[in-house]
This record gives sequence, C-alpha cells and structure tokens, in this order.
Amino acid sequence: MFGRATLWIGIKLKMGTSPFEFLINTLKVALIFIMTVNIVPLLVWVERRGPAFMQNRLGPNRVGPLGLFQLLADAVKFIFKEEFIPENANRVLYFMAPGLCLLPAALTFAAVPLASPIHIGDYTFKIQIADINVGIVYIFAVASLGVYGILSAGWSSANKYSLMGALRASSQMISYELAMGLSIIGILLIYQSFSLNDMVLAQEGPLKFVWQGKEIIIPFLPNWGVWYQPVALILFMTAGFAETNRLPFDLPEGEAELVAGYHTEYGGFKFNIFFMAEYAHMITASALITTLFFGGYSLGFANTAQVTQFWAEHGQSAAGMLGISIADAATVLTSLTHLAAFSLKTGFWLFIYIWVRWTLPRFRYDQLMDLGWKTLLPWALANVVITTTIMFFAHVGN
Amino acid sequence: MIQQLGPILVLAGVVIGFVFLMIFLTNLAGPKRLSSPRKNMPYECGIPGTNTAGTKFSVKFYLTAILFILFDIEVIFLYPWALIYVDFLKQGPFIFVEMVVFMAILTFGLFYVWKGHALDWD
Repeated sequence: MFGRATLWIGIKLKMGTSPFEFLINTLKVALIFIMTVNIVPLLVWVERRGPAFMQNRLGPNRVGPLGLFQLLADAVKFIFKEEFIPENANRVLYFMAPGLCLLPAALTFAAVPLASPIHIGDYTFKIQIADINVGIVYIFAVASLGVYGILSAGWSSANKYSLMGALRASSQMISYELAMGLSIIGILLIYQSFSLNDMVLAQEGPLKFVWQGKEIIIPFLPNWGVWYQPVALILFMTAGFAETNRLPFDLPEGEAELVAGYHTEYGGFKFNIFFMAEYAHMITASALITTLFFGGYSLGFANTAQVTQFWAEHGQSAAGMLGISIADAATVLTSLTHLAAFSLKTGFWLFIYIWVRWTLPRFRYDQLMDLGWKTLLPWALANVVITTTIMFFAHVGN
Repeated sequence: MIQQLGPILVLAGVVIGFVFLMIFLTNLAGPKRLSSPRKNMPYECGIPGTNTAGTKFSVKFYLTAILFILFDIEVIFLYPWALIYVDFLKQGPFIFVEMVVFMAILTFGLFYVWKGHALDWD
C-alpha cells in the first residue's frame, strides 16, 4: 500500500518509476540542498579569513583548526537566541519573509547541471535536481520572485530603515534584471537552446564555429561561451553582483545609513536564513557564470565520451570496489571528474565575489541606478545588435 | 514541461520544512524574557523612534518599477526569437530586418525615457 502510493507520487512528480530510483532521486534532492546550505558556513569562513589575510590580520582563529568551526558555533548560537517580534509588525509576513527569501534562492540552483549523468544498470541518474528544458527561463522567473521575500521582510517589520532597505533592494534588483536578461540573449543566439544541459554539451571540445558555411576549428582554445560573448560576461557578472545585493552594490544594507537594511529587525535563526539566501544566490550566480560562459561541468578540451573512455580503461579497481560493471563505473568516475571541474570553476567565481567585496568601495544610489539604466542597458542592447549582425553575415543564405 | 517541475516541488517542500524546523527550534530553545514597550520599539539607535511606520518615499521607485515592466516585457519577446534566429537566417534576411526594426523601437523608447529625465535620480 505504502509502496504503491510512493510509486504513484514518484511517477506523478517524475521522481522515478521504481522504489530504488525514487529513493535515489529523493536522496539527491535532499543532498544537493544540504550541500548548498553547508557551503554557506565554508564561504563565510573564506569571507572572514580571506580578507583578514589581505588586510594583514588574523580573522577568526579560535574555534577548531584555522577557525573552521567558527560558523558551526555561530549556527548553534543562532538557535539559542530569543525570538523577538517588533511592535506593530505584521506577524505572519514577518515569519514568512525569511522562507520567502530562501525558497527562490534554493530553487534556482535546482536547474543547474552539476555533472554528467550516471548510468547504473538500466537506470540513469542526472546530477541535477530537475532537468528543465526551459532551464534559463525558469531560473530568471524564479530568481525574480526573490524580491517578494525582501519586500515582505522590509514592510512587515514596521521600521523605516527596513522599509527603505527593502525599497532600495527591490528597485535595484528589478533594474539590473533587465541588463541580465538582455545579456543572456547573445548566449541564446549562439546555443539556440534554453536548456542548461544543451549549453554545457555545446561547449565541449575545442573552439569550433561555422562561418559562411565553412567550419572553423581553433584547437588551442576550449569551446567556451566567453570567447563568443565577452561583453555579455561582464554585463552578466555586474548584474549578478547587484542581484545578490553584494558589494559594491550592497546599498540595501548600507550600514552607515540604514542600520542593516531590510533585516534590521531580524535576529536569531531568521537572520541566518537571510544570510543563507544571500549566499545561495551567490552560489547560483557563480554556477550560472560557469555554465553559460565557462563550459559548465565539461573539462574544456576532452568531451564526455573521451573522459568516459579514459575511465573505462583506468577504472577497474573502482568498478571492483563498487561491485558494478566497468561501463557503469566509468560513468560514475566521469561524473565525479566533472563534479570536481564544476566545483573548481564555481569556486573560482565565488572567490571573485569575495575578492571584489573587499576591493571596491560602495556606490552611491544615483550612481547605481545610472550604471544599471544608462550604462549596462545600452551596452546590452548594443551587444544583441552586434551579435545578430555578425551572425547574419556568418549564416545568411547558407 | 509541468512534469519536469516535480522534483522542484519536492525541493520546495524540503526548503519550507527546513525553515519551519529552524524557527520552531529557536522558539523551543531560545530564552523567554519579559517584553517591555521600550524593548519592542522599532530599532532607532537607542533614542525614541520617529516616523516609524508609513514613511513617505520617493515616487522614483514607482517610476522604476513601471519602466522595468515595460522593458522586461519587450526583452521577453526577444527570447523565443533568439532560439530560431539561425534556423530562419538560412531562408533569407527577413528575420534580421525584423530584429533591426524591433531593436530600433526599443532603443527609441529608452532614448525617450532618458531624455524625459525619468532615469535621473537627483
């Protein structure tokens, strides 16, 4: 009875057609979410220790080796804080707001492919929570819902600083969403797909494109999106900084004028959830930069078939250890290799996020709006026109 | 399409469960101290608050939101066009000319808003 019910839910939700597949897919969803949540303490550690070294001081170094357990201690401390509700606050919205912030942040990451699929027997498992064929549109749609969490947090706490912070945040996020959405069009023109998986597969192997019917191959460069769309990378990255409310665009939290912005009245674990949401947004933005411009999980020159071939020849011991056939073990090892490549690339962009935060000063609000509307938007429009013109000469009549 | 969103629903359940659990745990484990009118006041650096709720704010925020909706809808029109662009180019330059006209209108709109000082913040 229970088994049949799970099976029915499994088929309805595309979670698998057999109990084994259902179990693995559910574990995968939980694991990827827990992983995202657990990268946050690590990132905060890098964010505190890294700049400490840049500024010639020590940073947190008391709890655990190198201060690595500092954030674990912080998380436990957050649970033991007093639950506080400010006067005149809208209680329902006040408690819902952290969840409304974390939800879109976690859901956007679900559409990003982390590694190539694993085959075990008759089963195929994608290392991605949901393979959506309109992935990039889905990500933009869900990411824009993040504004609601911030607005409800700011409005429900009945504090003028919160309200101003929320207004600034929402105004900034929608302004930069335009430039972000426009910068993606060049990428869409080149890959001709909304699916992030297709984009990664299109970026495997050496640089290769069609010019007036002739195929041109440049063997010493990987086939990454950044060679086709360098301007889009700069626009996307800048807009990404603004979307995640990070410095130099952290006006919503400008502590000199707004105390702490939209989460002024929040404390304890509710504040921690806002923190997690910000870092989850950062992880998604880095993962997207990797996927769209730097080949996603692919290894650059070697495509998936070549990596699988390599592991089929060298992976006998792993196959023996896991007790599966050599062909299946090769897909597992390929997937792990790809996951490592993806983590390295994403980690690099996360480091850039942290580096920029400790390098650049904060913008003024009118400068921020001018940059979004008067600089990024015209550049993004020009990028679309120039890309289409070049592609017109590359493809017309052939 | 809707079917592919199944795992997303499961993930949404996990996230909501996590948030509820954590807020519940804080309620359970956190200290319960007496509340006083002073303590429950909205934060104002320790002095009695002024203009706590319902402060007026600049009309610029509304204007930005309206402009965003206008431009965002036009940007969304470009998405399906971008997917079929290369395939349609093989049949001639019509789709390119269409794009140039559309972008000209979009750019004119931006220029009009710009010259109308709707983008100025000071």
